Amino acid sequence: MTADTGSTPADQDGAERTDRARTDWARIARDGLWDNNVVLAQSLALCPLLAVTGTATNGLGLGLASLVVMVLSGVLVSAARGLITPQVRIPVFVLIIATLVTLVDLAMNAWLHDLHKILGLFIPLIVTNCAILGRAEAFASRNRIAPAAFDGLMMGVGFTLVLVALGAVREALGSGTLFANASLLLGDAMAFLETTLIPDYRGFLLMILPPGGFLALGFLLAGQRLLKRLPLPKRRAGAAAAPST
Amino acid sequence: MNLPLFMRDRDGIGYQATLLGAFTLAAAALLVTGDLVTRGPIAEREAEDLRASLTEVIPAALHDNDLLANPMRLPVADGPLTVYRALAGLDVAGVAFEVVGQGYAGPIRVLLGIDADGRVLGARVLAHAETPGLGDKIEVARDDWILDFDGRSLADPAPARWAVKKDGGVFDQFSGATITPRAVVDAIKGGLETFAAHRDALTASAVLQTQTDQQGTDARGTVR
Repeated sequence: MTADTGSTPADQDGAERTDRARTDWARIARDGLWDNNVVLAQSLALCPLLAVTGTATNGLGLGLASLVVMVLSGVLVSAARGLITPQVRIPVFVLIIATLVTLVDLAMNAWLHDLHKILGLFIPLIVTNCAILGRAEAFASRNRIAPAAFDGLMMGVGFTLVLVALGAVREALGSGTLFANASLLLGDAMAFLETTLIPDYRGFLLMILPPGGFLALGFLLAGQRLLKRLPLPKRRAGAAAAPST
Repeated sequence: MNLPLFMRDRDGIGYQATLLGAFTLAAAALLVTGDLVTRGPIAEREAEDLRASLTEVIPAALHDNDLLANPMRLPVADGPLTVYRALAGLDVAGVAFEVVGQGYAGPIRVLLGIDADGRVLGARVLAHAETPGLGDKIEVARDDWILDFDGRSLADPAPARWAVKKDGGVFDQFSGATITPRAVVDAIKGGLETFAAHRDALTASAVLQTQTDQQGTDARGTVR
């Protein structure tokens, strides 16, 4: 799902590449998805991450909501970057993000009500997701609208993928299911995603509870470090630098 | 730049203040629009939720009215209690209201349906924050424990036996979680006691109220 939605804008942006100043789209994509991933490299946004990833569906829901906010805040901050002065930039960024989050919250409550009942508590927390303010400050306020939107999209997709991965691991080990209640989020057409991996599974409570989130995140981070090291030795320098950002 | 004088200096207070003010105004406008657009759908969703829960605790066969249409406000010790009445013709077939128990991790909200004779028609947990895997067996989706209350009344079992087995009562507790079922048992017992104490008001006045409603075509939302 997320990979598909990610590819379309990338293609459109790619077509503009020739007549614009050189923007390294591939670099932005790789930063967002892997090298400078919100969670894996920047270790940001851990509070909502650990709170909602009891199931893959919840992770996907919060990930998509964060993604929408990231893209829109990227666009707005970039559009207003000529107006905003350094002295008042932080209040303006926070105002933009908080407004967007409130609108997403209202929209989900109205049109994705069942999911909102599960995630409702965490949606306002997107405001405090420092990754969004971080991207506004570090990228959107210094780049044109298209790259800023693309950066928000890639950072959002990267965040969503980690949320889904973590949710899937915890759900599979903790409840023996995968994508339970996915039809609440994606409509009945996606009900086939709801899988019971282990029938009559008694459950492994620890994985559903917050400690399980920390454990799974730890293994995920370790796994990413390993992967960064293994196949391409020349990337080692980049991998060593990434965690410090 | 044709900006007014006070805004020409981008580092000056005039520009900064205008900038912040303009952004705040734009944000406020967006929020007002968003609220206006979503207010209706949100209210509908919440009514749907409530109606779905009410259908669970009051069998549809018992009544012929819209449970949500005419809620009653019953004055009890800790503030007015919203009571949804199930009417068969003019008779009150049952009532439903919310009771709250203090669980292991905060309040447990239970919707309780009671028939006119004071027997439990059904009980469903609306919201709780109990431990997943231990305390959440109070949800009907996870365990049929809460169905054990169907048909119970203050006389069945005797008041002293309205407790979990560990406390000498008749209701099962869960292994690893006693506080949660105890809270639910107490809440439901409390609800039945509320019904017993206000039985006349809950059953008799509903008939009168329905008659007034039928006279006035658009009378809604009775407040006592």
